[in-house]
Amino acid sequence: MWRYTFKRLIQGIVTVWFIATATFFVMHFVPGDPLSDARATSEQIRKNLEARYGLDKPLAEQYYIYLKNIASGDLGISFTQQNREVNDIIREHFPVSAALGVLAVVFAALGGILWGALTALFRNRMPDIVIMFFVVLGVSVPSFVFAALGQLSLVTLNDWLGTSILPVAGWGSVQHLLVPSLVLGLGTMAFLTRLMRSSMLEVTGADYVRTARAKGLNATQIFIRHQLRNAILPVVTVLGPAIATITTGGFVVEIVFAIPGLGRFFVQSVQQLDYTVIMGTTVFYGGFLVFMVIAVDLVYGLIDPRVRVR
Amino acid sequence: MADRPFWQSMRALALLAAAALGGLLLLMLIIAYFADLTIVDDASRGAVDFENRSISIVIEQEPPQMDSTRATDAVSGMLLGHLMEGLLRYDGEGNLQPGVAESWTVTPEGAVFKLRENARWSDGKPVTAHDFVFSWRKVLEPETASQYSFILYPIKNAEAINLGAMPSEMLAVTAEDDLTLSVAFEQPLAFFDRLVAFTSYYPIREDFYLSRDGRYGADAEDLLFNGAFVMTKWVHGAEITMQKNPYYWNKDSIWLERIEVPFITPDSNTQLNLFKDGKVAMVQLSPDTLKNALQNRWPIRRFAEGTVFFIEFNHRPERLTRNLNLRKALYYATDTAELVYRVIKLPGFLPGASLFPTWIKGEHDFLRREYPVGAHPVNVELAREHLEKARRELGLDEFPPLVLLVGDTPTSLKQAEYFQNTFKRHLGLDIRIDAQIFKQRLEKMTLGQFDLVAAGWAPDFDDPLTYGDLFASWNKNNRGFFRSEALDAQVRIAQGSLDQAMRMRAFGEIQRILLDEVAIIPNYERGRVFVADPRLEGLIRRTIGPDPDYSRARIRER
Repeated sequence: MWRYTFKRLIQGIVTVWFIATATFFVMHFVPGDPLSDARATSEQIRKNLEARYGLDKPLAEQYYIYLKNIASGDLGISFTQQNREVNDIIREHFPVSAALGVLAVVFAALGGILWGALTALFRNRMPDIVIMFFVVLGVSVPSFVFAALGQLSLVTLNDWLGTSILPVAGWGSVQHLLVPSLVLGLGTMAFLTRLMRSSMLEVTGADYVRTARAKGLNATQIFIRHQLRNAILPVVTVLGPAIATITTGGFVVEIVFAIPGLGRFFVQSVQQLDYTVIMGTTVFYGGFLVFMVIAVDLVYGLIDPRVRVR
Repeated sequence: MADRPFWQSMRALALLAAAALGGLLLLMLIIAYFADLTIVDDASRGAVDFENRSISIVIEQEPPQMDSTRATDAVSGMLLGHLMEGLLRYDGEGNLQPGVAESWTVTPEGAVFKLRENARWSDGKPVTAHDFVFSWRKVLEPETASQYSFILYPIKNAEAINLGAMPSEMLAVTAEDDLTLSVAFEQPLAFFDRLVAFTSYYPIREDFYLSRDGRYGADAEDLLFNGAFVMTKWVHGAEITMQKNPYYWNKDSIWLERIEVPFITPDSNTQLNLFKDGKVAMVQLSPDTLKNALQNRWPIRRFAEGTVFFIEFNHRPERLTRNLNLRKALYYATDTAELVYRVIKLPGFLPGASLFPTWIKGEHDFLRREYPVGAHPVNVELAREHLEKARRELGLDEFPPLVLLVGDTPTSLKQAEYFQNTFKRHLGLDIRIDAQIFKQRLEKMTLGQFDLVAAGWAPDFDDPLTYGDLFASWNKNNRGFFRSEALDAQVRIAQGSLDQAMRMRAFGEIQRILLDEVAIIPNYERGRVFVADPRLEGLIRRTIGPDPDYSRARIRER
């Protein structure tokens, strides 16, 4: 088990190194100049700026410094917010994305498991058909549409009631969290519902369920211990990547609901060619995603003894 | 299948659902604890609040730079305009008013500003001439790498300091005593008073700046204010609170006690939803949200925002667009009225006719009234004649496609498609549209990788020179390499002469040369449309200086 963990960790570090390297070189070969602004500057000011960000050095040396800094946890200073460190940006804004993401994932997982189990119980009857219709909708409609719709319904509802029951956008209270995280988790919820439904159906006809029934266990026990627990496995598998994509992919929801999450800074930095923020957030997100997948693989063993590695 | 096991399974599922819901609530509380969120939202905070003299607004992005020596963008400029005050300031009509300076005399060689005794920093200490000397030196020091340092170049030795050839102590700005600031000019200058209202000229107190150890401007506590408001809270990317500055010398003219910025988002639909929900006092409208606002029958307000947009040509030797007849052909084929009224279709936009916008002041009246250009001429016949001449001069059988470089905003794309369509229809010319994000467009302009480029220019100060020197041969922003000795001569007059009549004549000449030589095809002057809470009064929208300006606003009692 420990050797396996160690091996996976080494693999993870190599992956992150690869992400960092690829980002660095793509970044420098993409057209555009991070130091340009609407007002053209003299050569001298340009040189000063280049010196400040170390862009005056040869590319190989820049790469070496960059790797060394990443290894020591220093991601540099933002090009656009010249007195803020990228570390500060991540420290202040990632928890916001994470709060939103965690709630969204929990929404998605709980919703997916419950709806999935429900549709399996009602297979091919009315509730199943209705829910599966919404599932298809949820899988195929992109999140920015849900975000816009969600917000529009809030405004309409508030307008209709004549009072604000839930805030339309912004950040600062639990209420601000509700609709955005629901919107963010919707796609994953739909996907998990479908997954849960099929794996539930597969399990229902399994031998061990029949055995359990024959041994006279009551239906509740069979349902929870034998059906749900076994059907949940594939769901847990996709949950790892889902957590990462939800936590990192929330930028549309963050912009629509005016939430100060990291995703917004990530997207903005690409538009503004803010080298340090692009590289810092990409490496951070990359590392986060890689280690989420590893963590899930390890947790997997806890749920299913068969895949436990020794 | 509605047997007993089924219902037992259903009951199990329902119990699970109930447990999940409970767990979810608990999780939300845990998240609230860790993410520092309150349990109940303060829903009472509306767009305007008469009792508390408070308003709420939305801004489109986190201010990237609150250090006035390095700020370049509109959002930082808007906030700094509420928080800081220079020697002079612009009022709602765009006229200069005394700021920290109580009186001033400007001569051709220099200027002397008398500071008022009661100007205070937000910690109660007086604002002195030394604070201006410090910040102006800071702007010019090469290490600051300020992108707006050029705006201080009229001061003697400024450019040399900025280029690293002189120490910043050599800057010809001296504090004669605490309340007297004297400035010597590099060369005789007619409009220095119009420069000192600009962001880069705001004061900074040395001891405070040094005490922040390189973090000046990074957070609310890393700033010291001398303007109408102080920033009391700044949660990055989320919210900003400004409160009336009790030490502001002119605090009696400020009615508002608080300006809240609880929302930061570039999404115009979100902004409109917030306005509709009664959460913000003013929102700018985009082409998308304009329709929505019209459907709601809100009174739409507009103003000319000041930025001029034009097509700039590449005059480098290897480019076809160096040919005057080709440029003339494109110029006469363009119908700016059609572009503005038929294609862009946004209220507040004006068809372009010159590099100089309609609102810029001349000697006694607007420059464009003193030196009129008339409407943009459209003449397809003439355009075809010029195209034929160009074809013969260039020795071409057929024109290869021309590259039109544009930005990636919806309006730029519409603009690009208009030109593609028009030049094809009238002249049979193919245009290849190259849409790029801002910085990549700038880089391609600098490298000369275009035939035509859709460019724009926003004013920095209230003198026609803010536009007038744009196409001088030495100007770094002249990325199309337009070269005209006649124009250079006129720019030198406009920069150096003290005779306003002569300067305006020079601007008139510059305007004529640019159109005769077709250095540019003027497109439009941008307008802004917005909706504001009907109870909000005294909101200032302006072309030069911080915009929008809420500092003099008040709220009408129901």
